[in-house]
Amino acid sequence: MDYSQFLAMGQEIGLLIVFLLVFLYDTFMPRKALGGITAFTTVLFAVFTAAGFFCGECREVDAFSGMYVTSPVCAMIKNILNLGVLVVLIQSARWANSETQTVRRGEFYELLLVTLFGMYLMISARHFLLFIIGLESASLPLAAMVAFEKNKYESHEAAIKYMLTAVFSSAVFMMGLSFVYGLSGSLYFSEIAVGLVGGTSTMLAVAIAFVIAGIGFKLSLVPFHLWTADVYQGAPTPVTSYLSVISKGSAAFAFLVVLVQCFGQFYSSIWEWMLYALIIATITVGNLFAIRQKNMKRFLAFSSISQAGYIMLGIVGGTEMGLAALMFYILVYIFSNLAAFGVIGAIENKTGKLLMTDYNGLSKTNPWLACSMMLAMFSLAGIPPFAGFFSKFFIFTSALGSGSVALYILVLIALINTIISLYYYLLVVKAMYISPEEPQIATFRSHWTERLGLWICVAGIIALGIVSCFYNSILTTSDTTSLFAFMF
Amino acid sequence: MQPVIPILILAIPLAMFLLLGLTGHKMQHRWAGIAGTLGMGVTMTLAYITAFTYFFSGSPDFIDADSHTRLQAVIFNYDWLAFTDSLVIRLGFLLDPISALLLVVITTISFMVHLYSNGYMRDHHGVWETGFQRFYAFLSLFSFSMLGLVVATNIFQMYIFWELVGASSYLLIGFYYTKPSAVSASKKAFIVTRFADLGFLIGILILSYYTGTFNFTDLTSMPVAGLDGTYQVSLDTAAGIRELFTNSPAPLFMGCSVLTWALVLIFMGGMGKSAMMPLHIWLPDAMEGPTPVSALIHAATMVVAGVYLVARLFPLYLMEEAALNIIVVVGALTALYAAIVACTQIDIKRVLAFSTISQIAFMMVSLGVARPEFHHGLGYMAGMFHLFTHAMFKALLFLCAGALIHAIGSNDYTAMHGLRKYMPVTHITFLIGCLAIAGIIPFAGFFSKDEILTATMGHSIFWYIWMSLVAGLTAFYMFRLYYLIFWWKEHKIPEGHHAPHDQPWTMTLPLVILAAVSCVAGFVPMGNLVTWNGHEMFEEVSFFTNLKALDWSVAAISLAVAIIAIIIATVMYRKENPLPAKMKAAMPALWRWAHHRFYWDELYMFITHKIIFGCISKPIAWFDRHIIDGTMDGLAFVTNKLSYAIRGLQSGNLQFYVWFYLVGALVLGAVTAICLM
Repeated sequence: MDYSQFLAMGQEIGLLIVFLLVFLYDTFMPRKALGGITAFTTVLFAVFTAAGFFCGECREVDAFSGMYVTSPVCAMIKNILNLGVLVVLIQSARWANSETQTVRRGEFYELLLVTLFGMYLMISARHFLLFIIGLESASLPLAAMVAFEKNKYESHEAAIKYMLTAVFSSAVFMMGLSFVYGLSGSLYFSEIAVGLVGGTSTMLAVAIAFVIAGIGFKLSLVPFHLWTADVYQGAPTPVTSYLSVISKGSAAFAFLVVLVQCFGQFYSSIWEWMLYALIIATITVGNLFAIRQKNMKRFLAFSSISQAGYIMLGIVGGTEMGLAALMFYILVYIFSNLAAFGVIGAIENKTGKLLMTDYNGLSKTNPWLACSMMLAMFSLAGIPPFAGFFSKFFIFTSALGSGSVALYILVLIALINTIISLYYYLLVVKAMYISPEEPQIATFRSHWTERLGLWICVAGIIALGIVSCFYNSILTTSDTTSLFAFMF
Repeated sequence: MQPVIPILILAIPLAMFLLLGLTGHKMQHRWAGIAGTLGMGVTMTLAYITAFTYFFSGSPDFIDADSHTRLQAVIFNYDWLAFTDSLVIRLGFLLDPISALLLVVITTISFMVHLYSNGYMRDHHGVWETGFQRFYAFLSLFSFSMLGLVVATNIFQMYIFWELVGASSYLLIGFYYTKPSAVSASKKAFIVTRFADLGFLIGILILSYYTGTFNFTDLTSMPVAGLDGTYQVSLDTAAGIRELFTNSPAPLFMGCSVLTWALVLIFMGGMGKSAMMPLHIWLPDAMEGPTPVSALIHAATMVVAGVYLVARLFPLYLMEEAALNIIVVVGALTALYAAIVACTQIDIKRVLAFSTISQIAFMMVSLGVARPEFHHGLGYMAGMFHLFTHAMFKALLFLCAGALIHAIGSNDYTAMHGLRKYMPVTHITFLIGCLAIAGIIPFAGFFSKDEILTATMGHSIFWYIWMSLVAGLTAFYMFRLYYLIFWWKEHKIPEGHHAPHDQPWTMTLPLVILAAVSCVAGFVPMGNLVTWNGHEMFEEVSFFTNLKALDWSVAAISLAVAIIAIIIATVMYRKENPLPAKMKAAMPALWRWAHHRFYWDELYMFITHKIIFGCISKPIAWFDRHIIDGTMDGLAFVTNKLSYAIRGLQSGNLQFYVWFYLVGALVLGAVTAICLM
């Protein structure tokens, strides 16, 4: 075996090094120095993120006879995720240093890095064995993270729900895979595509449905979404934001890769309509539930469900432009959602309050927090000139690319849903700015790390909206991909 | 040329806007003023360096030495929004004769106004105006937008900055937002110019749809071989654009060529900004803003944007005589109308406002009559020359008016009279301004106006007589104003008031500088600097070039007209006498119509309130309230009900969750499988 193949996995190896350093620091440093692990991890990860941006691999390379692939597009989505993880790390610093967490914060970072490693594998895998390893290592440690607030009952409940659903969905996924293996005789993505040529069958339809269900769990697509709200609400806020942004972003990309690479030729015959149904159900049901929520985390859980539906619109087009729109959407969604979670986390850390009514009159007592939250809501709702508007615009345009009537109806439904979503996003803004009631939250100064995280997010929301070069570079990168070769 | 200085020219005013806008309220008034003024001073210096380099460095990027032709240089051009490979919105910096000229004009006047406002925006006891920092922030924003407009490399960038200019004008007119008249004036200005901009936008869209480009250089010039980013104005390119239109599937629209439509629609945007009839109604009201603002925006810079726009696309306009003729007619009508109205106004700023409208119309006519066959497009050069000189002396007149208003506390000349003894500096500078605008040799206005009249004569004798008449009226109403302010009768000081006096140095200095410029600006050999295709008109230049090049047959007539008009004004207004009252009684109808500005505002009121609001808006409002809102309410109702109905799904019961999951997956597979069969 040619061991130099490992060198193709530059980003994975880098992440592994970060993980090992954090692990060694946590294990062998004297107790007094352990307080520095937050800063150590964050800085180390920042360096790793920057390295990813500046010395990324710019070629398409495959290793281990095609099990693993890296390309400019893979590198870019990993970089985008890294950016999000960095913000999560910054935002969680205060929470990780709080009294109840000091003993085990090292584990928090280690688990987080392991799940990220799993996501990397999901993105780069071109063989289902590797893919499942990635999927599992991105799922199971997360359950431990969800259970991190040991003293809270909700945290445990959320963890067990997450765990059981994850295991169940894995089972369904592997069931689907075994069908696929039976039909095509291989687990390599490229060989599956070849092995399945022309073989449309009931078995295949069920197999694809199961595969979609398996990954749909991670994306919390309706009807595989029921765990989402309970888990988001019960988990510690940094974990929730990690779950809702990073985990979802990586799954969306992997979803696209699996569907397009393995089953691209059955697009119009089998999974096009499945996708339409899932998108409509996801967006609509997410919205309908979001309207009634009183708890901010639960509210954002449903909002993120409907956002996942919009992300899926990038797959519908089945073009390079759709891929670019999907990645841009993930990037924008990272900043917007993390801004919202940043504010929620800052307020929760200080006051423990999580209800929407607690946010009444926030603009009077904490104008900057209220302003960040408002920008996040505007961006999530897609109001110009903020980034969210453009990400929605690009994803709609890419979905409309082929221009069939069904697509127009699909996009129309999505558009109507943005109007509904506007309502509940503006409810938050209304509570903060217009509600005449007495402010519930006294003026306070948030921790500087929380402010830094918010600044990054707000800068992202504004810059991604106004400056076009980000989208352009994503578009040029995604034009180089060969992912869509099997697409029909 | 390195792009550093051009970027700074745009970046400094923007930075000052952000600085003063975001942190101004924490700054002391004095320092905010100083910061704004210094920032503008630096910008002015940089603009001078840029213009000087462009005109006099002789670099092959800027001038073709063999053919004595100035070139267009694209200093930088960033892609901003790419629609398609060819249709890209760029932000850039185009340096050519007119943009270099305008850089000088804008930064000079802007700096003078920044300096002047330090004195103007505080009362006699040194108490600062409320919102002083905000005022400077807006001034910086305006300067930034105006500079961005003139250096635009493409018509879309111009449009963006065009709107920004409109927005900052809105903010500055409504600066005294507690005054209802100021608020309604700012709204009026914004709405009227926005309406005009609608035409501009449609024109841009038509033009870019047919040509597939926004770039000025692709529309009117061709690249110079061997030099990157350097272009030369070329009629061939413009003719090629016309070919594109005539060869298109739909070259005609309602009997006129589509290119004419596009150009006229673009001109409509210019009519709005430059207050051409019938879109002039906002400018007199815009005088509700602080006087320095009137000097900067509504006399010298923003209102000439329309002229600049036509000049920028001039080779295209040459392709369509019809569009140029429309410009001439609109300009000539506006010039006469505004001059007549100016003779009857009693608010000194209104007189100046109408005079501005009339003078801008002069520039428009001048562009409209310009033809390459006649003296290398003399009209183009004359229009730009007049733009330059007019900016100087009209800003001077406005700043003098500001000084008077500051001293007296009223806009009305009836409260002034006989001020020459009390305010000697203002008196002299105002007189210089009046001489310049009246066109008395050797002041600035004489030369530029004379060139315009020469160009008009070369085009048509009818318009020449018309414009000469307007020039006479100009001299008349300016001297009427001058005498009524400084002579007429002894000044009466109201009881308990100090005698009016000249102003602090921050206000006096700009007056003196601008007066000096107004004396000598006429000698600038504009024919060698700014011509329609960059070709230099004179072999050699000296201080007296313009004097030598005069066509004395025209100059003598216009000089005589001006002097006669001044004499009439002197007879009528120097000392208190019943002559003006008699004149008014002799022509009551004309006086009443002119005094009420020919009832344009009333006409607009009628059209908007009675016709548009009554017949169009009301039915639409009903439709909106009942049909659209009804649909939305219905949607909201259904959504809410649905949301209530399915809330049970989220029961918290894990077994149910997993069941639902499994059923979902199976149904998905089963339905597809059934459809496949």
